[in-house]
Parts: sequence; structure tokens; C-alpha cells
Amino acid sequence: MFDKILPYLLSGISVGGQYALIAVGYTMVYGILRLINFAHGDIFTAAGFFMVYMVTVLPIQIAIPLVVALTVLLGFTVERVAYKPLRSAPRMSVMISAIGVSYLLQNLMWYVTGGLAKQYPTIPWISQSVTIGTATTKVVTLITPVLTVLLVIALVAIIQNTKIGMAMRAVSKDFETAQLMGIKIDSVISTTFIIGSLLAAVGSVLYFSNYASVTPTAGAMPGLKAFVAAVFGGIGSIPGAVIGAFIIGICENIIKALGYTTFSDAFTFALLIVILLFKPTGLFGEKTSEKV
Amino acid sequence: MKKIIALVLVLVMSVLAASAMAETVKIGVFEPASGDNGAGGKQEVIGIEYAHSLTPTVEVDGTTYDVELVIVDNQSATDKAVSAAQELVDAGVSIVLGSYGSGVSMAGGEVFADAEIPAIGCSCTNPGVTSLCDYYWRVCYLDPFQGTVMANFARDEFGAKSAYVLSQLGDDYTTGLATYFSKAFEEMGGTVVSEQFTEGTSDYTAYLTNAINSGADIIFCPTSTTVAALLIDQAASMNVTLPMLAGDTWESSVILDAAKGTGLTICVSTFFDEKDESSPQASEFVQGFKAWLNANPDKKTNNGGNDIVAAVSALGYDAYMVAIEAIKAAGSIESTAIAEALPSVAITGVTGSISFNEIGDANKDMAYIKKANTETGAFDFVKTQTVAELAQ
Repeated sequence: MFDKILPYLLSGISVGGQYALIAVGYTMVYGILRLINFAHGDIFTAAGFFMVYMVTVLPIQIAIPLVVALTVLLGFTVERVAYKPLRSAPRMSVMISAIGVSYLLQNLMWYVTGGLAKQYPTIPWISQSVTIGTATTKVVTLITPVLTVLLVIALVAIIQNTKIGMAMRAVSKDFETAQLMGIKIDSVISTTFIIGSLLAAVGSVLYFSNYASVTPTAGAMPGLKAFVAAVFGGIGSIPGAVIGAFIIGICENIIKALGYTTFSDAFTFALLIVILLFKPTGLFGEKTSEKV
Repeated sequence: MKKIIALVLVLVMSVLAASAMAETVKIGVFEPASGDNGAGGKQEVIGIEYAHSLTPTVEVDGTTYDVELVIVDNQSATDKAVSAAQELVDAGVSIVLGSYGSGVSMAGGEVFADAEIPAIGCSCTNPGVTSLCDYYWRVCYLDPFQGTVMANFARDEFGAKSAYVLSQLGDDYTTGLATYFSKAFEEMGGTVVSEQFTEGTSDYTAYLTNAINSGADIIFCPTSTTVAALLIDQAASMNVTLPMLAGDTWESSVILDAAKGTGLTICVSTFFDEKDESSPQASEFVQGFKAWLNANPDKKTNNGGNDIVAAVSALGYDAYMVAIEAIKAAGSIESTAIAEALPSVAITGVTGSISFNEIGDANKDMAYIKKANTETGAFDFVKTQTVAELAQ
């Protein structure tokens, strides 16, 4: 029995780890700006394409850090160009701007790549096959959840113990008061986007090493599911997003194992509706009282 | 004053002369260049372009018309296909070739039928393409035949008694072919477990695990090439030993590249084999086409960077030649006249002789089965299968 479940569990945990790395980006931005950054999934895809083109000219050891740096730059630029000028605009305007950025990035990638799937480069060691019990899988499947948890622990430590982390917590509690207290809002927000994009870049390397073809819309589905995970865990809460992501990843694969393959996506989104109906704040979300 | 009049006269004359010389007939090319089937669509287009380079003009009633190809990208998506088809109608094409992918062909078919423009499908194998549309013809065989061929092959070659069948939900080509395969396989006494995945799925490990746990002897997975690349890669990393069978779509460099260096067994059925030397037309086409590819680097890139002749390129070539014959037979470049003349057109193409039945399908009865060679990165010819052999 366990022999048969093991492969599904392994891929569930791995998929969960990938969703988690994207979900953290969503949840952090939401926690601080109260903005759902719809472009996040496309930044994730862009990181995949950066890698595809980078390895054609550079060795992989140099390519990976450069890809991370470029993705961070992209996330930073998106915030500065599309969100910062709208800081005092109604929240809805920023949201529409985010949707615009998402489509802009998607279509730019479509235009630049010609719309064909690109083969993701093979990264030595992590793309190898490994056998655990009865299941054979890639090394990256095992690394993903471990790396995810380590990165998130590091992130939580930063938020709890450093000055910038304290600033972030303050801004997320009360935007205006934090500003009055002398916190440089813009740099705090930029840092948030930088951290989010960094995790998306790492997630992208892990994700595309597993599913080695990149298309302009490759990030759309994982992006959406990561968003559901963030809501499930309680949007704004980092541990919540991670736990939500793992639950969704594992459930999806178990549903497939039960033979309801066509319903696995439907399940994820049905879950979103159920949560919004019964526990709008998610698993770990804080109850917010509207300030007058 | 005289000078000016002379000048005006010369100008008018030259414009008239130019317009008399520039008699053109437009042939629409309705193919995906992007999206899930972009790689295959590009290979079909280069077959058409090669045919155009050999026969760039057509003579109708003593007038020589230049053939102009109007190429649009239907993005492998049924919603985009409608506007791409409309673009061809607006451009005033007389006849349309394509598309790779049955779903987009069916979506475009309605637009062509409304505009009374005939279309010739190159490699769209779903029966609905022609049976649901009066203005669609095709030069390839159909999925009921292809499904039966692969079901027989699964039994004869691998002794398969049970099959795991995987198809994409809502995609006419993959669900159609999967259904016909399952039907044929069950009629032979086999058992079938079928599952479907949704568009945009990238994790196929659960499906492959289901296949292994179902106790199937083979996997039949007629997916798009984009999905195939993911599926093959994940099957290789899971050390799947079950043979993977698929239809004509998988006869592509994308599959060879993904399968190279793995231990997988991959077999496909297709319309044409470049090493088949029984037909002089085919041999001549293969030689000429390879030379043309090697002389045109951008076309070679569209072929996947090598000079392996894909069956869809050969079908694109044949479809173009049928279109030219139809224009000649119609004695007109009016689309309605061509549509009337098309049913009686018969040619000996590079993929065999082509004539149409009353539905508009080519009377074709032979499939080539090939196996991906994971060492050399090429397809090895296994066998041919005809309708007559299946009936026995």
C-alpha cells in the first residue's frame, strides 16, 4: 500500500514546495501593500526564460546567480514603474495595473520567444534520477521541499530579528503611522519585491528543472495555485502560505491517485471558494478590524 | 505641356503594364507558429513553402498567375483560430491550406464555409474536420484508421492485453484519437484505463504512476509535442519501462530530442517515411527538400535545426500541389469555382496517390510505424500497415 502511495506523496511534496516559493512572494506583497501582485507568476516564468537564454552563452554556475539577479531586477522595476506612481491611488487601480503588467510580460515573452516551448537546461546533479523505495524520481524533487523550508526559516528570521524586518512588520500593521515614525516606505516596499522575486527565481530553477520546458504561459497555472495557497494559509502570513502550498500540492496528487485526474484543478479552486465562504482569513490569517 | 502629357502617358502605361503583370492568386496558409503545436505547424509550412518555390505560378485560361502565400498564425488555440481564419478571408484568398491540429481546423472551418472558401487539411486527422464542414478536404488518413493501426500494433508487437490511455481534456485531436484507439483495442479483447489531463498541466508523474499501478502493458498518449516533451522527460526520470505509443503528432524532432539518451521505447504512426524508396516522387521530394533546407538556414531552424523530413512537411507539399491542380481544373481563381472542381482532383503526391471521397477525405489506406532511436536521435522505420491487412 505505502509503495503505491509513495510516488504520489513525493511529487505532492515537491509540487507543494514549488507553490510555496511563489506563494511567499504573493503573501508578503499583500501583507505590506494590500496588493495582489498578479504579475508574480509571470516574473517566475521570465526567470525560466532568462535561464534558457543565459546558458547558451555562460556556464551554468555563473548563469544561476545572474538569473536570480536579473529576476530581482525585473521585480524591482515592475514595482517602481507600475505600482509606485499609484501609491496614493485607490487600491483597485493598483490591482488593475498589476493585471496589466501580467499580460504585458506574458505577451512580451510570447513575442521574444516566438511562442514555442523552450527546453530548460539540465542542471548537473539535481536533474539526475534517484530511487527511494519503490519510487524513482529526480533529485530536485527531494531538494525542493528542504530548500523551501530552509529559505522560509531564514526569511522569518530576517523579519523577526533585523531592522528592515521590523520596518516591514511596522508597515504591514499600519502604513501611515509607520511613515510618520520615519520609516522609508519606498525602500521597505522595494525590499519586499526583491525578496519575493528572489524566491520566485529560486522556485523557477527548481520548477523548470523538474518540468523542463518553458512556455510564456508556464507560470500562469502555478501562479494561480500559489495564490490559492496564500489565501488558504491566510494571506499576509508567511508560514500560512507555506503550509497552504504543501497541503494543496499533496491533495492534488492524492486526488489524481484516486483516479479523479480531471478534477484535480477543480479541487484547488473549489477549495478557494470554500475557504472564502467559511474562513475568509485563512488558516493563520489575522482578523483585521477596520480602522476608523 | 507636351512633355508633361507624355510623362503622364508613360506613367499610366507603366502602371497598367505592372498591374497586368502582377496577376496573383492568393493561397492562405492557416497554421500554428506558436503555442503547443507551433513546432509541428512550422514544419508543415516549410513543406508548403518548398512546393511554392518549385511551382510559384499557375496558368488559368492562358493567363499566368503568380501564387502568393498568405501565412497566418492560429497560435494552436481554437479561440485565436477564428480570428486568424477571418484574417485570411479578409485578405481575399482563393483557397486555404492547413491546419496542423484538428481543433483549430474545425474552428476555422466554419469561417471558411461562411466565406465559401475551400480548405485543404494537411495533417488534421479528426473525422469531424471534413464531415462537419462542406468546405474542408484533406490529404491525410483519419483517426479511426490510425487508432486501429496503433491498437493492432500494441497487440502484435508488445503482446499488450491492457492499455493506459492519456489524452488532453477538450482537445479534439487527442481525445478523438484516444477514443478510437480504446474502441479498437477493446474490440480485440483488451482492457483500457483512460485518464485525461487539463491544459497547462506540467506534472505528469501522477499520471505515469497511475499507468504503472493500473498494470497496463503499454501507454497510449497522443498529446501535443509540448506535453510530449514533459511526459517523456518525466517518464525517463521515473525509469518507466512501459512502451509509449502515440499518433502522427509525435513524429517530431521535439520527441527525438527529449527521448535521446533515455531508455524509453517510443513508437508512433505517421503518413510518410523519408527512407521509403518505393515511390520515385517521394525520393525526388526528399532529395530536393533536404537540399532546399540546407540552402535556407532559417527554414532549417523551423524544421528543428536538422534536415530530417517530417511527414507533415510532405503533406504540406501535397496539399499545395492539390490546390494548384484544383485551380487549374476550375479554370478560375474564384473560390467557389475551385470548391466545385476540388472533389474530382486526383494527383500522385509524395505521400501516395490522392483522390477524395464524397466526404472530402483522401482515399488513403497506409500508415508508417516508426520507433524513436534513443541513441542516434532519429526515427527507425518499423513497418507499414494497410487497411486490408487490418481486416484479416
